[in-house]
Amino acid sequence: MIPGSNDRSLFADLPRLAILSLLGLLFLMPYIWMVSVSLKPLDEVWRASMSLIPETFAIDKNYGRVFREVPIGRYLLNGAIVCAGILVFQLAFALPAGYALAKLNFRGRETLFAFVMLGLLIPAHVPAIPLYIAFAQTGILNTYAALIAPSTISVFAIFMFRQFFRAMPDELIQAARMDGLGEWSIVWRIVVPNAWPAATAFAIFSVVAHWNDLFWPLIAVSGKGELATPALGVIYFRTEEAGDDFGALMAAATLTTIPLVAAFLLAQRRFIEGITMTGLKG
Amino acid sequence: MSDLALPSALAGAAREGDRIGRGEAIAAWLLTAPAIIAFVLMLLVPTLAVVAIAFTDYELGARSLSFIGLANFAELLEDRGFVTSFRNTAFFVAVTTPASVIGGLALALAIEGGQRGRTFFRAVFFLPVVSLMVAMATAFQYMFHPTIGPVNALLRSFGLAGPNWLGSSDSVMWTLSIIGVWEQIGFNMVLFLAGLTAIPRDLYAAAEVDGVRSSWSRFWTVTWPLLGPTTLFVLTITMIRSLRVFDIVATLTQGGPNKASEVLLYTMYTEGFTFFRMGYSAAITVVFLAVVVVLMLLQTRLIDRRVHYG
Repeated sequence: MIPGSNDRSLFADLPRLAILSLLGLLFLMPYIWMVSVSLKPLDEVWRASMSLIPETFAIDKNYGRVFREVPIGRYLLNGAIVCAGILVFQLAFALPAGYALAKLNFRGRETLFAFVMLGLLIPAHVPAIPLYIAFAQTGILNTYAALIAPSTISVFAIFMFRQFFRAMPDELIQAARMDGLGEWSIVWRIVVPNAWPAATAFAIFSVVAHWNDLFWPLIAVSGKGELATPALGVIYFRTEEAGDDFGALMAAATLTTIPLVAAFLLAQRRFIEGITMTGLKG
Repeated sequence: MSDLALPSALAGAAREGDRIGRGEAIAAWLLTAPAIIAFVLMLLVPTLAVVAIAFTDYELGARSLSFIGLANFAELLEDRGFVTSFRNTAFFVAVTTPASVIGGLALALAIEGGQRGRTFFRAVFFLPVVSLMVAMATAFQYMFHPTIGPVNALLRSFGLAGPNWLGSSDSVMWTLSIIGVWEQIGFNMVLFLAGLTAIPRDLYAAAEVDGVRSSWSRFWTVTWPLLGPTTLFVLTITMIRSLRVFDIVATLTQGGPNKASEVLLYTMYTEGFTFFRMGYSAAITVVFLAVVVVLMLLQTRLIDRRVHYG
């Protein structure tokens, strides 16, 4: 049970592996059933047959129904647009701010940093009501802007980049100043290119959070909007179309779960490193 | 060079330094300006506004509003719906936090305890963190379905009658808590993995020299004390994450049956965005914010203590 005791024989290691495998299987059950049911015809689902492999496959029926009735591609695209939009703004705002807070001397720096720490205390759900009222009044509800704007600022990103840049050697910046670079070009030509590890870690965190977010899209997009993100799309399909058609419902669930899960499985190591790095203070 | 040149050179250098200082300050403000503007517009002003709205009777679409002092908060205390909601949220936090913190630690130890299958098991238990929770909730709805769900089918094969998991007021919060633990355990596991790798290996060797042999006593003498700060941190953020439970309630139960699964954020959402009672909804938000802030401050205080006296 302790790191370091690694060189055990396979036999001695078996109990550990058995327990982990059993728990792992239990953990994967929702996925296994989700995919299994998405392949079954309705009568088999309702017959409560406990076999994971369908007697007759209803792939085209279930998935076909989803593709016919739900603009699933559109939802996935919306998710990608919103996540990308949010990330671009978060990086564009937080990278320079993090650099300034870490490396530049100016009056007010401590105050600004105090506001960053204060911002870390406020969950994203808190400003929702005033933002909704303001967006309703300016008429930008039901637009991409409404989905993206509230998340453009991430105090967490500023905090993280500040910590990261503090560890960066001053000599690098001094040398650039000697070469006559202005602060602006220092940021974009020296600082940002060196910030990739931190930026990647943050990007992972940001995309996971916003791809899976339901709260704000539910508020900012109303009706059967063209702008639904994947999470909203599943909700619409559940309440308005599918009802008890578990086959189709699971097909929709599978299709919206796949993109991020696939991305995770492909870039797993980096993913977990990223969460470890940024998760501290999430 | 004359004697006079030196002071003037110094003065020049000082002026130069001053110029750089001012240039640096201007650059700093320019670099932080976009972030400051977004922060003020999207976070600071709305947060102050939500506190202000909590003291009014504002309803969306209403022409006027008036300050009603603490009336919203008084109503919250009287409102059985809110009291249930608060109690349910507390229940959810109280069940999911210890389960997913201890579970996350146990998984991290079990995975780090040997060389085999590390990457594989990490991935398996982490999967829920990256999964679309709304979609997974749908899968859970099927799993826990009273008649066709595999969970009750399994119980039936042992001759047990399973409950109507999500459909009965007695079991609904337990069922949501199970899903909550499933969702959070992998995140905690990864944080503990990070904490474990930070423990220097030679401490275990030193403990062994001192006669600490069994893995059980090695855990209590070395691992556990050194994981202290990590554990405290994981504990706090898990509580805060649990406090924010919304997706699974919105997808699976909508607060039902009979308000048995109303939780803070869901009540805030329905009051504000279904009934448009913004003032009342804002008051719920303020309660939510207050709980989060208290938890965060508690953690900071405890960590400070540890650093100073621990």
